[in-house]
Amino acid sequence: MTQLALVIDLNVCVGCHACVTSCKEWNTSGWAGPMTDQRPYGRDPSGTFFNRVQMFEVGTFPFTETVHFPKSCLHCEDPPCVPVCPTGASYKRPDNGVVLVDYDKCIGCKYCSWACPYGAREIDEKLRVMKKCTLCIDRITDTSLPPAERKPACVLACPTSARLFGDVHDPYSEVSIAIRENGGYQLMPEWGTNPANHYLPRRKTRMQIHEDELVRADNPLKKEAPLPAAQGETLDDVAW
Amino acid sequence: MLDPTAQSDRAIGRVEVKNTTCYMCACRCGIRVTLRDGQVRHIEGNPEHPLNKGVICAKGASGIMKQYSPARLTKPLLRRAGAERGESQFEEISWEKAFDLLAERLGRIRAEDPKRFALFTGRDQMQALTGLFAKQFGTPNYAAHGGFCSVNMAAGLIYTIGGSFWEFGGPDLDRAKLFVMIGTAEDHHSNPLKIAISNFKRRGGRFISINPVRTGYSAIADEWVPIKPGTDGALLLAVIREIVNQGLYDRDYLVQYSNAAELVIDDPARADHGLFKRVEMHIEPGCFDPENKLWWDRELNVAIGTHTPGADPYLLGSFTLDDGTPVKPAFQLLRDRVQEYTPEWAEDITGIPAATIRRLAHEMGVTARDQTIELPIPWTDCWDNDHDSVVGNPVAFHAMRGMAAHSNGFHTIRALGILMTLLGTVDRPGGFRHKAPFPRPIPPCPKPPKGPEDVRPNSVLEGLPLGWPADPNDLFVDADGEPVRIDKAFSWEYPLSVHGLMHNVITNAWRGDPYRIDTLLLFMANMAWNSSMNTVKVREMLTDRDRDRDGDGEYKIPFLVVCDAFQSETVAFADLVLPDTTYLERHDALSMLDRPISEFDGPVDSVRIPVVPPTGECKPFQEVLIELGTRLGLPAFVTADGARKFRDYPDFIVNYETSPGSGIGFLAGWRGKGGEKFLKGEPNPRQWEMYAKNNCVFHYELPKSYQYMRNWNKGYLQWARAQGMTRYAEPITIHLYSEVLQKFRLAAQGRRPGKQPPQRLRKRVETFFDPLPFYHEPLETRLVDSQRYPLNAITQRPMAMYHSWDSQNAWLRQIHTHNYLFMSPRVGAANGFDDGDWVWVESPHGRVRCMCRFSEAVEPGTVWTWNAIGKAAGAWGLAPDANESRLGFLLNHLIAEELPPCESGEHVSNSDPVTGQAAWFDVRVRVSRAEPAAAASAPQFPTQRRVPGQVERRGRWQAYVAGIFGKR
Repeated sequence: MTQLALVIDLNVCVGCHACVTSCKEWNTSGWAGPMTDQRPYGRDPSGTFFNRVQMFEVGTFPFTETVHFPKSCLHCEDPPCVPVCPTGASYKRPDNGVVLVDYDKCIGCKYCSWACPYGAREIDEKLRVMKKCTLCIDRITDTSLPPAERKPACVLACPTSARLFGDVHDPYSEVSIAIRENGGYQLMPEWGTNPANHYLPRRKTRMQIHEDELVRADNPLKKEAPLPAAQGETLDDVAW
Repeated sequence: MLDPTAQSDRAIGRVEVKNTTCYMCACRCGIRVTLRDGQVRHIEGNPEHPLNKGVICAKGASGIMKQYSPARLTKPLLRRAGAERGESQFEEISWEKAFDLLAERLGRIRAEDPKRFALFTGRDQMQALTGLFAKQFGTPNYAAHGGFCSVNMAAGLIYTIGGSFWEFGGPDLDRAKLFVMIGTAEDHHSNPLKIAISNFKRRGGRFISINPVRTGYSAIADEWVPIKPGTDGALLLAVIREIVNQGLYDRDYLVQYSNAAELVIDDPARADHGLFKRVEMHIEPGCFDPENKLWWDRELNVAIGTHTPGADPYLLGSFTLDDGTPVKPAFQLLRDRVQEYTPEWAEDITGIPAATIRRLAHEMGVTARDQTIELPIPWTDCWDNDHDSVVGNPVAFHAMRGMAAHSNGFHTIRALGILMTLLGTVDRPGGFRHKAPFPRPIPPCPKPPKGPEDVRPNSVLEGLPLGWPADPNDLFVDADGEPVRIDKAFSWEYPLSVHGLMHNVITNAWRGDPYRIDTLLLFMANMAWNSSMNTVKVREMLTDRDRDRDGDGEYKIPFLVVCDAFQSETVAFADLVLPDTTYLERHDALSMLDRPISEFDGPVDSVRIPVVPPTGECKPFQEVLIELGTRLGLPAFVTADGARKFRDYPDFIVNYETSPGSGIGFLAGWRGKGGEKFLKGEPNPRQWEMYAKNNCVFHYELPKSYQYMRNWNKGYLQWARAQGMTRYAEPITIHLYSEVLQKFRLAAQGRRPGKQPPQRLRKRVETFFDPLPFYHEPLETRLVDSQRYPLNAITQRPMAMYHSWDSQNAWLRQIHTHNYLFMSPRVGAANGFDDGDWVWVESPHGRVRCMCRFSEAVEPGTVWTWNAIGKAAGAWGLAPDANESRLGFLLNHLIAEELPPCESGEHVSNSDPVTGQAAWFDVRVRVSRAEPAAAASAPQFPTQRRVPGQVERRGRWQAYVAGIFGKR
């Protein structure tokens, strides 16, 4: 079975929020839209976003790491949000594993958001229905788009290509390779949700310099020594 | 719900797809805009565009909310009779009336004294046109925002290596192995840099970030080196010392391509002390940097002409010429200079451990030396030596405002240019690469006017409003050595102010120093808010009346015209408001005559083509200028008999030539009658069409042999001259030692004939026009009590917000709704407050109340905030109680536009003394706990009224769906 998912590379994410707004831009006029904004130009504006970037500081100065952490629905293989839904609005597609909400069936009871351990669901306060990332289901399945564009809006937008998209059940897919080779991990696997989305950790490149490397034979300073000049008498003059 | 796979999104409504160029920031990415029933459905990166290759950023993807923002201005507005400036009381007028009013007023000014009209612009990307308009009008009082942005970065590097970062050049991360980023705001350069850094990291490159704050790009650095603001110069000089003393420099590169081995006269008693020893030889007419200089040959032990075939000069030593002149190679002088800058000395200043400084130097030097790249690309240098390959030392740097926005920034950036040169990285693979039309001569050829006589009624300005002084006689001063420009650019106060000093225009005009002006036209510059230092006082100056003169009560700046697309804080102060279009509604030419979007591999320019019609009565500023130019009869805009020459801006772009028949116009692509020529060629009536068909971008890829070593690449330089991109095809020798600066110093010492500084400025010029970089404390730090104000305060620019532009954007403002002052918890502990508390931030110039937030990702002597998130109540289409004004704040209130009185004068700009770069980040502050009951930031301002023509503010809910938004 196909399980589509995102793999997010924290090693290159700079927290630019391109994924956040490109998601909103695509989806507000798309199948899962609108993405309503409350008090859009007023006090404490609050809108629906399927994807948000959280920022953490890890460690204390000067050994601080700043981590940008994009978070959206993880499209769990065993999604706790689905069985709790009293109306069957929350469902997992059998053909590609994407977890979706049917707004026509949703009654806005929020059971699913309580069940989701990742806080990935967003209630639309105006329409009183639950919304969430669809992996841009109306892009990725649109066969009228060129294949290269059948990707979630966030993936196409990401300037650092920190977001990979593909089938995590296909061992040869780009996402499976990235997970395997770069230490990809799931969020809170202990919950047994088996999230399809994975994250790749930070990786460091360091440089080691041996002290020998600072005193090379071809050091250009040697060219600056004064030229040896005639010093008067030599052995050639006095010995045989 | 319908199954999402049942219907294509593109089957809904009438779909159109159009290409244009983004303008949500200044990067100019290619975008593809999809419309549904005439409304913007989706804006995505254009995959075929060389700059962004299909990606887009948070701002670019939020263009919809800019287009339909309730902050849009839609009608020309005139301040209501009897209403005060700043009250935002306007009446709608017609464009016809607006033009009549402007043409009458400006016509009168032009006939009397053209310099009483001043035109200053923000991040406009149309300096080729605005500069042309100013020159044609005859006023020297023109500049864009560079003086308060990053002129130090431009001038510091262009006066050293003939190019600079961002539009001018950048790090070649495709081939670099070590990347060092210093003080970079995260929008310069936005998507291209993000693409490049992530690819660089994936390839295993090592990324070091030197910055007081760890955000954005720095977050993914392999190593973060926190540094105290304003001390980058100390770090770089210590690194240079280590590189020089360890012999980690690229000797051959220094000898061949810089002036390191050239002999400098070393006799303080002589009037030509510190200049290169020059010998008689044939010099090409107009040559900007003649090669009539000397090396001291190692083999022959005599002075010999530079680049004599077979010669191998000393870089170090002290010699005496046959005529008795004592001389030293420039490199020896550099070596002598940096000996005092030990890593231990720099540790105290920068806060970076000496061992780290040494290690940084070693990493740079060893990587450059031992990981050399050799590309099999043959090329020929200017001295006719053929090379089989191009060699690169793969250490790349990037730096921007963090280094630039200090009063010591020019020399700091000179030091960076010198470090890049010592490592042998300039225009080489894996190092720094130029972008056309750079490299340019050091300094570039255009010059400012020479004196008051160059400004004449009803005449075109002599010289260019902005230029590149090469010696004191290029300054724009009167007989007493005093400024002619309103911002005092190109005067002895800031001789190399190549981008002007926009940050002092209002203060100077208000004070009448050096004179009064009549009309100030501001385009896209929020000078009553985040673009000014000392914002509270500047707002007062804009409303201050002239009660003491002849009692007519006129405003001290009599007429203020503001052209903007949005209801900014500055709009409230306008007498006349001209509603600009958004980027989606206009034609634009991002021209080779301005700052094009060239790539390392060759020139690139691009255009905007409207994707939606203008809103209301919005008119692009370009059309305003062309109409005004025509009505005023400015020569470039009318025929010999005074008739209209250009129908509109698109017509102007196609048909304007820099001089009749020059074949050089605003756009380089598809020139010639049928579009068969590029860069130079006669106008092509179908040029816009051809850009439209080609993703709105023209990209000329240079042959590989012209892509590197361009300062000294004979083929490239001759090609560039043939294409009209440069005036000369001479080698552009790197100015490790700046003779240009020494000429100003000699004048200040009274040892050079020609223009002389006023007495009060002699010491200043002598000090700061040092031919070699040196470290000095920021000027303000020297003049204020740094014990009382122990902290540095700086701003960073968030990646999801461009200056003040995006608070009107419903999506982006949810990412940064208000700002905090970030600081180390140690600052809170020392001053008795906690994370999230309200605090007072106080500088010698003012105080601000804001909320603090503790952070471990900031150097403990620094506090910082996001720039331009705070807004005045009611501005930008926001509700009066919006978080931006209630909780957000501006740091600008703490920053003075002028230094405290000092020996250089009562009103010297708070700027770099060489370039006039606004010293935003020099400000010193203290923080203290504010009364806990505080519920709002301070200062607060009276709520700004909405203006006629702004759409009703949307209600509690907004649900944007393309095709039906706003339609019932």
